Amino acid sequence: MSDHPHIPSARSRGMLACTRCGAVWSIEAEGEKCGRCGHTLHSRDTKSVQKVWAWWFAGVMAYIPANLEPMLKTRTLVMESEATIVEGAFELIHHGDIPVALIILIASVGIPVAKFAAIAYLAFSVTRQAKMSSHRRQHLYELVEYIGRWSMIDVFVVAILSALVQLNAAAQISPGPAALTFALSVIFTMLSAQSFDSRMIWDTDTAPTDPSKKEAPLERH
Amino acid sequence: MPHSQQSGYIVCPHCDALYVQHTPEFGERAVCTRCRTVLIAPRKNAFIRILALSVTNLILVIAALFLPFLQISRAGFHNETSVMDAVLAFSDGPLFVLSLAVGALIVLVPMMRMILTLYVLGPMVAGRAPARGAAKAFRLFEALKPWSMAEIFVLGCGVALVKVSALAQVHLGSAFWMMGVLVLVVLLQDNMMCRWSVWNALEKRS
Repeated sequence: MSDHPHIPSARSRGMLACTRCGAVWSIEAEGEKCGRCGHTLHSRDTKSVQKVWAWWFAGVMAYIPANLEPMLKTRTLVMESEATIVEGAFELIHHGDIPVALIILIASVGIPVAKFAAIAYLAFSVTRQAKMSSHRRQHLYELVEYIGRWSMIDVFVVAILSALVQLNAAAQISPGPAALTFALSVIFTMLSAQSFDSRMIWDTDTAPTDPSKKEAPLERH
Repeated sequence: MPHSQQSGYIVCPHCDALYVQHTPEFGERAVCTRCRTVLIAPRKNAFIRILALSVTNLILVIAALFLPFLQISRAGFHNETSVMDAVLAFSDGPLFVLSLAVGALIVLVPMMRMILTLYVLGPMVAGRAPARGAAKAFRLFEALKPWSMAEIFVLGCGVALVKVSALAQVHLGSAFWMMGVLVLVVLLQDNMMCRWSVWNALEKRS
């Protein structure tokens, strides 16, 4: 089902475009270097889905210790405490800082989990029949790409806090091991999203064939 | 290159839709009708404005790096931190890799992107042919875009501020405001940058 059946894809007209600089070449240039910018040309990145899954699993694996291990170690005159991401947010709710707690919960739990789900769905949707329209999947992809970087905010907060709160005996904050695994998880997920070739979303619209095969013109009998 | 470029066409990088190219006027935009990606968005005097913003950006980053960023005090103890200190927060122990990553994301990558714009657009604004390797430099500039996280760092400061305010008194240093301005400058610059125009100019003038 296509909303714009009159728009041809470059591939169906025997052309391909460089993903970096946009130069348009004949489809025979597949696999060669772009003559304008030097980037390798692919009409579709056929290994894209594999790369997406590889980074996706790395991201999920790094995300597990990121939630189990402490993110921040706080030491004041009267107490010493370690808090994981979720514990830290609940502490804030106890203090009454509900908006900030929500920002942290959304940025470090809600967004990563939603991102994993969205990327997995997109990767599945290009190999199987998808219910969601190409438009909505394209929007989903753009959203994932845009929002992905913002998860890094938690790591920066930990960096700022541990640099700032060094008041000898009065108060001291230092980073926990989860800071590293969380950062890795965000980076892996970003790489996973970047590996996805969004042009494949639209292929099911125009051509239900395997994206690795070159599209043949309609045969006439 | 055995294959020749197919001029007169433009292809949407996101959905592979093929169009016959019409170059829009300044201030107009060419948008993919299928997935709404902006394909061409030329601005008047864009190159020189981008250059000016790059220089502004570099000055702000370098100054913000060493000036105090946030200051706190509690029970007679006092501490202030610069962006450099935040980068080095993880520097002792096994977390030092994270220090490198944070330094790259909030300082090195943004700075490098600015230097790359100077290298790519500088000669063209001066009316000369592009510098050697300008195409590679611009490709790198584009690839680094998602990894430039200065604006996320600034928002992170806001969150850190609220978290600390329960623990101690916080004052904003001059570098905080510089980073704030920096975010605006980066946004303006991204808005000005039309990658199609840059590639077109690089090709025509080399």
